Amino acid sequence: MFDLTGRTALVTGASGGIGSAIAKALSEAGAKVALSGTRESVLNEVKGNLPGQGAVVTANLSDTDSVDSLVSRAEDAIGSPLDIVVANAGITRDKLLMQMKPDDWDDVLNVNLGSYYRLTKSVVRGMMKRRHGRIIGITSIVGVTGNPGQANYCASKAGMIGFTKSLAQEVASRGITANCVAPGFIESPMTDVLPEAQKEALLGQIPAGKLGQGSDIASACVYLASDEAAYVTGQTLHVNGGMAMI
Amino acid sequence: MSDVFERVKKIVVENLDVEEDKVTESASFIDDLGADSLDLVELVMAFEEEFNIEIPDDVQENIRTVGDAVTHIKAHVS
Repeated sequence: MFDLTGRTALVTGASGGIGSAIAKALSEAGAKVALSGTRESVLNEVKGNLPGQGAVVTANLSDTDSVDSLVSRAEDAIGSPLDIVVANAGITRDKLLMQMKPDDWDDVLNVNLGSYYRLTKSVVRGMMKRRHGRIIGITSIVGVTGNPGQANYCASKAGMIGFTKSLAQEVASRGITANCVAPGFIESPMTDVLPEAQKEALLGQIPAGKLGQGSDIASACVYLASDEAAYVTGQTLHVNGGMAMI
Repeated sequence: MSDVFERVKKIVVENLDVEEDKVTESASFIDDLGADSLDLVELVMAFEEEFNIEIPDDVQENIRTVGDAVTHIKAHVS
């Protein structure tokens, strides 16, 4: 089950905690994996830990040219067309709305949502021709529930969900699925910086009583990327220890 | 240049799975040949590849019949 042998994947934000876990899981399932991100040395380290074939492609998602060329650069680097794209890269610029500057808004929307549009558009063309594809957007629980101090981030993540549902409807007849995975609170550099008191309060809201691991998100991605998930599209799979049941 | 029409016809027949004799210059992709909007996008992609040209988005919107496609392709293929 969930065998990705012969498939090729691209994971953005692959140097991060969740991204590297996703890359590793796809690789373990048999896929060749192109890793994209800004930190080349970290990406090389992640690549070194993959059990299968990998390639590193640097990309700055705030630079539209860099995003537009990412798919072709990834396909050149890994040597075959992409079957699976996991759009995992994201940034935060947390502020209360009253203190949020236009740049805080624009940067987050551009990197998190704008690059998802650009990346998807450039990869779907080939997928349509091949009559197969898996688009997986890593969104967030807060894209559905909201979170004070994250109006920009929540808007971008909710936007990914709406975008994915539309795309799913457009390309379903061509063998392409588009789904989101919505992590709850996962141990990562993004949650490590939370104050201890806030972490304690968080745990009280999670029925599972613990933060999730990158591998929890990765498993959801492997499922959605698999042939077994061919009939699942336009969905958001929540992986959050029961923190929100939607 | 009638060759362009024949090549277009072949792509249309393959992509839309229609009878060859239905693919006339005046045939509308959507009304006569049963294409939907996504089929049209795919047809344009196939034309671009066959003739090694790029058909801009604003031109794509004006390609409604087989003849429209042939006219545009002829204008861009040397």
